[in-house]
Amino acid sequence: MKHLLCALFLAVFAAPLLAGEKYITLASTTSTQNSGLFDAILPLFTAKTGIKVRVVAVGTGQALRIARNGDADALLVHHRPSEEAFVAEGYGIDRLDVMYNDFILVGPETDPAQISKAENAIGALSSIAHTSANFASRGDDSGTHKKEQELWRAAGISPSGRWYLETGSGMGATLNFSKAKLTYTLTDRGTWITFGNKGSLKRLFSGDKSLFNPYGIILVNPARHPHVKLDMARAFSDWMISPEGQKAISDFRIDGFQAFCPNANNIAAEIADRAACPAEAD
Amino acid sequence: METLFEAWHLVAARDPALMQIVGLSLYVSLTASFLAACIGIPLGAALAIWSFPLRGVLVVLSTSLMALPPVVVGLSVYLLLSRAGPLGALGLLFTPGAMIIAQTILITPIILALTREAVLPLRRDYDALLLSVDAGPRLKLVTLIWDARYGVVTAILAGFGRALAEVGAVLIVGGNINGLTRVMTTTIALETSKGNLELALALGTILLTIAVSVNALIHGLARFGRRYEVTR
Repeated sequence: MKHLLCALFLAVFAAPLLAGEKYITLASTTSTQNSGLFDAILPLFTAKTGIKVRVVAVGTGQALRIARNGDADALLVHHRPSEEAFVAEGYGIDRLDVMYNDFILVGPETDPAQISKAENAIGALSSIAHTSANFASRGDDSGTHKKEQELWRAAGISPSGRWYLETGSGMGATLNFSKAKLTYTLTDRGTWITFGNKGSLKRLFSGDKSLFNPYGIILVNPARHPHVKLDMARAFSDWMISPEGQKAISDFRIDGFQAFCPNANNIAAEIADRAACPAEAD
Repeated sequence: METLFEAWHLVAARDPALMQIVGLSLYVSLTASFLAACIGIPLGAALAIWSFPLRGVLVVLSTSLMALPPVVVGLSVYLLLSRAGPLGALGLLFTPGAMIIAQTILITPIILALTREAVLPLRRDYDALLLSVDAGPRLKLVTLIWDARYGVVTAILAGFGRALAEVGAVLIVGGNINGLTRVMTTTIALETSKGNLELALALGTILLTIAVSVNALIHGLARFGRRYEVTR
């Protein structure tokens, strides 16, 4: 019995150490995972380098926390100010722009706050607040939630009241909630395109520059966490910004629509060009 | 409805990705049940057999721990196994091993408390007998566990059911990594978040079917054992 137990313990706990597989752990966001982007592009990277990428997909806040603890080798997230703070505090190095898409406002097709007629994102949020139309907030410190808070701040509104509903959950769960309660919500376009339970929800407002949603890749600083696989993580980030990786990102389609637009190195030009990318798709 | 059939079609076609997910679910939860049984059964029986100071406290503690929220277990194990935590050097976070640890912690109190409940009535019946043959503590423990075996099996099954069904702990310590730590429950949560509600529900029925099969198998074994005893 004791031998059996010992053998079992070894099998359970030594197996991952003995496997000798080349891999890195990437902390990323649900938006990239749920859209299927990783399923499309990671096999190409693995085929070229033999390095597997284990993706832990959580909200941006939690992804940053995982990387801060040294539990990931690299980060792919979407909240520029948090990313820059992460690097400034010495937890990460070599932040690079990889790709972008945009946030959109969705809501019931009856559009009670008439946000589809708004001039910009701030105007759209203002009319939601002024008509006290129900709005579902992620409330989970994710990249999307941080973006939403920035937009409210820019609009000079501190949202509160019975119309402002914090779900405290992921984008998908919040969209499920919005569909059932017929509320407005802010979502990234990738999650929206793949979301399978839209019901009477429609994309009502998009295209404002302030809804720009850039994704950055950061390597975890080996000076903080000596165990991180810097070389392999760098191989991954180099590949992501290489012409090959950038092409893989732009080739990725959901139902024929491009969900992410590569923008390594030339972000300014791409922003000017972003009317064409991503495709206007629901 | 169509997606419901679609998911079962994947089962019929032995879709490799789905088979791997089902296999990992069973591997993690069965291993955790085995480890938890190794810890919980002797401790539960000991709590029923012997009285010692603080036994009451331990009994209340073990029954209360049956209410441990999986998320709390997951968070504690995460902090323990994180590189920033005390056992970080093992590199176990985001592996099936971490998931087994979390589930073991989650279900040990269940198996312990239910084993104690199963052994307690027998102890009163056997006390005089065991005393008369001057049984040592080891013999006492083994005899009483064996005679309470049907109750103990139920305890293990209750633990296994909890392990197979929980999502909070494995999601945090496993990370739901495709092909590595993705199990049935985390797949269901993922598909729900993608708005694929029918697929998620279909996966739920598959999970339930597996639970029914395992329980039926063990129930059958127990019945076979009982009949064998009667005819012996």
